[in-house]
Amino acid sequence: MRAMAGKTLYDKIWDAHLVAEQDGEAILYIDLHLIHEVTTPQAFAGLRANGRKVRRPDRTLAVADHNIPTEGQGLGVAAVADEEARLQLATLERNVADNGIEFFPMGDVRNGIVHVVGPEQGRTQPGMTIVCGDSHTSTHGAFGALAHGIGTSEVEHVLATQTLRQKKAKNLRVMIEGTPAPGVGAKDFALAVIGEIGTAGGTGYVIEYAGDAVRALSMEGRMTLCNLTIEGGARAGLVAPDETTFDYLRGRPSAPKGGAWDIALASWKTLFSDPDAVFDREVRIDASAIAPLVTWGTSPEDVVPVTGAAPSPDAFASPDKRASVARALEYMGLEAGQPITSAKVDVVFIGSCTNSRIEDLRVAADIVRGRQVAPGVRAMVVPGSGLVKAQAEEEGLDEIFRAAGFDWREPGCSMCLGMNPDRLAPGERCASTSNRNFEGRQGRGGRTHLMSPAMAAAAALAGRIADVRDYLR
Amino acid sequence: MKPFTRLDARAAPLPLANIDTDQIIPKQFLKTVEREGLSRGLFYDLRFDDAGKPRPDFVLNRPEYAGAGVLVTGDNFGCGSSREHAPWALMDFGVTCVIASSFADIFYNNCFQNGLLPVVLKPDEVQDLMGECQGGNHMVSVDLAAQTVTSPSGKVFTFDIDASRKAKMLNGLDAIGETLSAAADIDAWESRRTLTHPWLERA
Repeated sequence: MRAMAGKTLYDKIWDAHLVAEQDGEAILYIDLHLIHEVTTPQAFAGLRANGRKVRRPDRTLAVADHNIPTEGQGLGVAAVADEEARLQLATLERNVADNGIEFFPMGDVRNGIVHVVGPEQGRTQPGMTIVCGDSHTSTHGAFGALAHGIGTSEVEHVLATQTLRQKKAKNLRVMIEGTPAPGVGAKDFALAVIGEIGTAGGTGYVIEYAGDAVRALSMEGRMTLCNLTIEGGARAGLVAPDETTFDYLRGRPSAPKGGAWDIALASWKTLFSDPDAVFDREVRIDASAIAPLVTWGTSPEDVVPVTGAAPSPDAFASPDKRASVARALEYMGLEAGQPITSAKVDVVFIGSCTNSRIEDLRVAADIVRGRQVAPGVRAMVVPGSGLVKAQAEEEGLDEIFRAAGFDWREPGCSMCLGMNPDRLAPGERCASTSNRNFEGRQGRGGRTHLMSPAMAAAAALAGRIADVRDYLR
Repeated sequence: MKPFTRLDARAAPLPLANIDTDQIIPKQFLKTVEREGLSRGLFYDLRFDDAGKPRPDFVLNRPEYAGAGVLVTGDNFGCGSSREHAPWALMDFGVTCVIASSFADIFYNNCFQNGLLPVVLKPDEVQDLMGECQGGNHMVSVDLAAQTVTSPSGKVFTFDIDASRKAKMLNGLDAIGETLSAAADIDAWESRRTLTHPWLERA
C-alpha cells in the first residue's frame, strides 16, 4: 500500500460508508435499497420468522417490474392472468404496506423498471451506496454511486440492518477516448468493453469509466454503459459526477431542493478519483475505432462489428473454446463465417433496464420515422417507466412507432427475461436492446442478438440484422 | 443456515464454461415466494427436452450420478443474474458443493449465505478431477476445515477460502445476527451521517 497515493472514486465512497469491521469483513452502510417483487418475498418471510423489522423504510423504494404484463396494467394486480405472478405481486404489496415502504404499484405512472425509476425520481444520487436484488443495479453507478446487485439473503440483511457485509474489490479503470462515428453510442461502447475484457474479465473489480467519450455521454448513455458492467463480470461500474449529472438531477422529485441542493452539490463535487490514485488495472478503448456492434453467440462477450461474421470454431486455440463456439453457433442457428447481416430476425425488442429511456426511444424513433417494419417481423417497444412512456407520447414517438408497425407497450422488464407473457418461441431470432443473450434467456430456444436501440430499429426495418449507418438521416 | 464441515459424495462433471444462473434455474421458476422446491427447475433446459421428458444423456439424469452432492464444472460458473434461486435450486437438489476454476462474484457470494460451498481449484486440477469423475468411480471428499478435495483415486487438492467465510460456513452462523451485534455502531454512524449529509434525510 502506498501511504501517499490518492484515492479512487470507489475508495472514497467505500471509506465514507464504512461503519465497522468484524472478522475481516466490512460493514458498509447502504443509502438506498431498491426492491421488487421477484427477489424479496423470501427476505420478508425471513424477517418475520426471526421477529425482525425493516430498519429504514425511508431508505427503501419498491416497484413491480419483473413479471408484470405490458398491457392492461390499469386493471390492477387482481387482473394479472398468471397465478404465480399475481401471488408474487400481491405479496410485495402486503410486505411494503406492513413495513411502511414507499411503493409505486403497477399502473402508477411512476412505476417501471427499478433501474429506470430510481434515477428518474432523483432517489439515485452521487456518492450513495445503492443495492437491489438485481444484478443490473450497476446502472446507478452512472451517477457516481456505488451500486450493485445482491442476492435475497443480502436483501434480508439490508432490510434488517441497512448495511451489507463486504470485502473490498479492486479498482479497474476503463478509459474510453475519441469521438465515436455516427450511429455508434453507449451500447456499442459497453459491448466493446465486454468484447475486450471478456465476460469474466471484471470479476473482483469495480470499474470506473473515464475518458472524453464517457464525459460526452448523456446520463442515459452513462446508465447504459454502467448497466452492462455486470456482463463483464464486475459487480459495479462508476462514472464520476459532473455538470451533466447535476443537470439531470436538478428538479427531480426526490433531489435536494433550495439550500439543501447547494450543500449536496458541494459534496458531490468532491466525488472523483484523485489524479495520483492508483488503479489495479487499466483498459483503454478507442471510441473512434468502434463500429456498431452486435452479439453473434450466447455470451455477451461474443461480439462482432455489424460488418463482420459469425466466427469459426477453428479460429480459437483452446479445445474448450472451440467446443463452446461450436455449441453457441448451433444454438444460434448460424454457420461459421456467415455474415452477421444475413441473419433474418423474427422479433425486435426495444426495452429493458439497458435501453428503455427517453433518449433510447428518440434514437430508435428517428431511424423508424416514415418507414415500415419488414413483413413478418414482430416489433415491440416497451418504455422503461410510465413517465418515459408519457414523455414519449407527448413527443409523438408512440405514433412514429405505431405507424411503422411496432407494438407500443406498457412499462416493465418484459422480454428482456421473459418472466411475463412477452417471450420468444423456440428458434425465434430477436434483435434486442437488452443485456443478456444467454441460452433460453428470452424464451426457451430463443436466439438473442444484443445491439443498440438504433441497430434494433434498423433490424426491424430490414427484417435482418442491418447496419444502422445505412439508415441514418 | 446448516453448517458445512465435510462432505463425501458423488461428483457430477459438467464440462461447460460460463454457465449462467438463467441456465441453473430459468425464469419460470422464479415466480415463487418460497425458498424450497426449486430442484424441479434446476438446469431445466439441459435436463429436460422440449416435451418435458428427461434427457437421458444429461449428467444429472444418468443413474450412476444419482444423488450427486458435488458438481464439477468450468470457468465463471454462476454468471449473470443475481437470483439466489440458483443456490437454492442446487441445495434443494442435494448439491452442497460446486467445484470450478472460477465463479462469478454474486453467485459466489450467494452460496455462502446458504451453506453451499463453492470451491475454486486450478484449471488443470479441475480438468483432472473432471476426468476422474467421468470414469467409473465418482466419489469425492470435501473437507472444509482442512481445505482439501480428495479425488476418487485419492489425489488431494487444496483450496483457498476467506477465513471469515470459512468460519461462518463451518458454524452455520447467521450474518444478520452478527451484524446486529454492531447495532450501536450503526446507530452512531447514522447520527453522524445525518449531520454531514442532511439532504439524504427524507421528511
